[in-house]
Amino acid sequence: MNNQQAVAQMSQDTVSLEYLTFTLGDEHYGLDIMKVREIRGYEPVTKIANAPAFIKGVLNLRGDIVPIVDLRLKFNVGEASYNEFTIVIMLHINERIVGIVVDAVSDVINMQATDIKPPPEFGVAFDSQYLYGLAPVNEQMIILLNIEKLISSQELGLFDNNAVALEG
Amino acid sequence: MSMDMSQFHGVFIEESHEHLDEMEHLLLALDPSSPDLEELNSIFRAAHSIKGGSGMFAFDALITVTHVMENIFDRARQGKFQFSAQVIDGLLSAVDILRTLLKSYSEATDPDWALVNTATADLELILDPASQPEVENKAQGYGFFVPLNLASSSSKPLASSISVEVEAGENDEDFGFFEPLANTTEEQVEGATTAVENDSDEGFGFFEPIANAAESDHVDDEGFGFFAPLGPVEVKLDISDASNPVSVSVNDIPINSPAAVMSEQPPITAKLAAVTFAKEDVKAKPESAEASSIRVDIAKIDSLVNLVGELVITQSMLNLIGDELTGPTAERLHGALSELERNTRELQEGIMSIRMLPMSFVFNRFPRVVRDLSKKLHKKVDLRIQGGQTEIDKGLIERLVDPLTHLVRNSLDHGIELPEIRAARDKPEMGQLILKAEQKGGNIFISVLDDGGGLNRDRILAKADENHIDVPENPTDQQVWQLIMSAGFSTAAEVTDVSGRGVGMDVVKRNIESMGGRLEIESQAGFGSSFQIRLPLTLAILDGMSIAVGGQMFIIPLVNIIESVQPAVSQLKRIGNQQVLDLRDAYWPIVRLHQVMEVEPKSDHANEGILVLIETSKTRFALLVDELIGQQQVVIKSLEQHYRRVPGVAGATIMGDGSVALILDAESLALRVEESEVVKEWV
Repeated sequence: MNNQQAVAQMSQDTVSLEYLTFTLGDEHYGLDIMKVREIRGYEPVTKIANAPAFIKGVLNLRGDIVPIVDLRLKFNVGEASYNEFTIVIMLHINERIVGIVVDAVSDVINMQATDIKPPPEFGVAFDSQYLYGLAPVNEQMIILLNIEKLISSQELGLFDNNAVALEG
Repeated sequence: MSMDMSQFHGVFIEESHEHLDEMEHLLLALDPSSPDLEELNSIFRAAHSIKGGSGMFAFDALITVTHVMENIFDRARQGKFQFSAQVIDGLLSAVDILRTLLKSYSEATDPDWALVNTATADLELILDPASQPEVENKAQGYGFFVPLNLASSSSKPLASSISVEVEAGENDEDFGFFEPLANTTEEQVEGATTAVENDSDEGFGFFEPIANAAESDHVDDEGFGFFAPLGPVEVKLDISDASNPVSVSVNDIPINSPAAVMSEQPPITAKLAAVTFAKEDVKAKPESAEASSIRVDIAKIDSLVNLVGELVITQSMLNLIGDELTGPTAERLHGALSELERNTRELQEGIMSIRMLPMSFVFNRFPRVVRDLSKKLHKKVDLRIQGGQTEIDKGLIERLVDPLTHLVRNSLDHGIELPEIRAARDKPEMGQLILKAEQKGGNIFISVLDDGGGLNRDRILAKADENHIDVPENPTDQQVWQLIMSAGFSTAAEVTDVSGRGVGMDVVKRNIESMGGRLEIESQAGFGSSFQIRLPLTLAILDGMSIAVGGQMFIIPLVNIIESVQPAVSQLKRIGNQQVLDLRDAYWPIVRLHQVMEVEPKSDHANEGILVLIETSKTRFALLVDELIGQQQVVIKSLEQHYRRVPGVAGATIMGDGSVALILDAESLALRVEESEVVKEWV
């Protein structure tokens, strides 16, 4: 088992990676599909007091109480409107489930590690420490996120501080 | 390879703990004067399993100790070794040492070899034949007595008598198996034994034939003095516990033909052998029950519990949709839905019952605690356990151990008096301690009852005064008893190592409250006291009141709610910046839930909403909400699992329509009240 996983890890690093791409406003983003648990439409959430505006609240995902983060609010891109096309991507990160609100989900793309360019220091809404790289696909530039780092960051305040420390 | 082995450590350690528990349990039940072979075998097997497993993982310290223990039990079951109360004490302390060693292995630290050596040395001393001069006598083997010895198990009485009168079927509680042996068939003897064995659960249906008694009591001490008594015989026996002497007088047994006993008559041996077999049949049953259980990771069960919770919610959604339909199809759908509802409910109950364990898991450790402690305190205590079969959530079981241990220690230390004092008070020297569990409705009641001196009202009040604990004026008994649960309170005249460090009852109370339970005390001076823990059936469900503020639902735990009022304008007063409710001359500071939860209320005026009066352990306040929805049971879900702690919120739950409602934490809402200086004077 261990060996197989190690091989799989290596092949991910050097050969081919799958990314789920989505849009926030006019920008195209991608995140590691292995972190995605499911994609669903936006449903009304239960508001949480004393939380920053980008944390929309919590909802019931088959018995789990899951927080929902609106990335558009957090990073000031696009307009935070909620309609039947608004999408929530449920992520599975560090044994936790977190939903992120995006404008639309576009595609699943295969990416060679060699195709990924290093991220620029500026020019996107995200702090560059949360970026994995840039990938040109069909004349579009897709911004690949290090979603694990972003979600567990203190900046988002999704997890208690000690939990973040534990999870490295 | 070592990596591969380590993954089994957890299982081995868990199993070994079970084996140790079993050993301890059996040792406590073992009658030193006539040990039961089947029980000796069980103890031997437990020791052997630990030794075998330790060998596999090279846990040398465990091997060393268990090896000597194994030798002792091996010789004992061959009848070459005689038990005594001291031997059992020694073995019990060896069990304790094994526990310590196991703990150090489970924490991957080095075992304490000094401990191992003392334990081994002690056990070797026990095994030393020099201190057991009777061993040789036994080894010679008196064919007549071996089956007898087997049959007369610890606390398992056997019907037969020196007068060779054995009567089957007629079981008049204590005595009465007397009929000429000539008439007795093997079946009758079997029947009699079974009847007696059923009785023996009660503990006191105690019969001992004279031959037997003479054998078990005197053979090992004197070797050959057991044929002498022909007249009335006074027999004194220990059942199962050295601290529990029971004397049985058999003066009234008619002794017709002593000669039958004197001569080794083959028929008797045959009958007794039959008895032994019958007995083994009875013993076999619990073991087969053990074998039919499997070990399951609790996480798997929890995920099943969650899934079923989801099923219940989906089910209620289906019901909502079904209600919208009309016509014949709708009729059929309703039928199917009600069927589904029944099945889901049964499924839910079934899954919840997997998490349930009998209270005996907790209770079984107390015979040992009581035995050790009563010896140390020079008190005579008879422990009775009732309702060990009552089932309770596994999560609660583990958290009950500490509070219960504390209550039991308290009762032994402060409650039950010394034998001399008891005698002076016209009470039996033997104190009674009862551990009881019972289920009433949706609650489990666990009580620790003693017939000791009861709580001393004056001493408690004096102590409270001494420790500057606030006492209400003219306190009722109930209020006085509550005082002992204040922090820093201990009435023990001297601080002992048993109890009385003053960190006790408040911790007990806090632990019980954290399980959603309550501790109630009743006491009668001179007659004893009762500590009753009341717990919900399971941790996962809470009785709550659902309320609405600004279109959002919240749940308030019902235990915190005193009443709800719709205030008149005249009842609302203002003290500084704080609005208070004047209700029957008490002032309740008002907390606005919409402010705490940052939602837009229907109205900001308190007289247009509803005030829910809430009491916590720290304070009382009135919570302003828009409206009350209703009372219901809710399943508690953790917010922290995927998010984080939220101030003022204890958890969340899922409502019938699938939406999430937050469960309010009255204690942390109360902190907001305390923060306000103005209010403080009024609380």
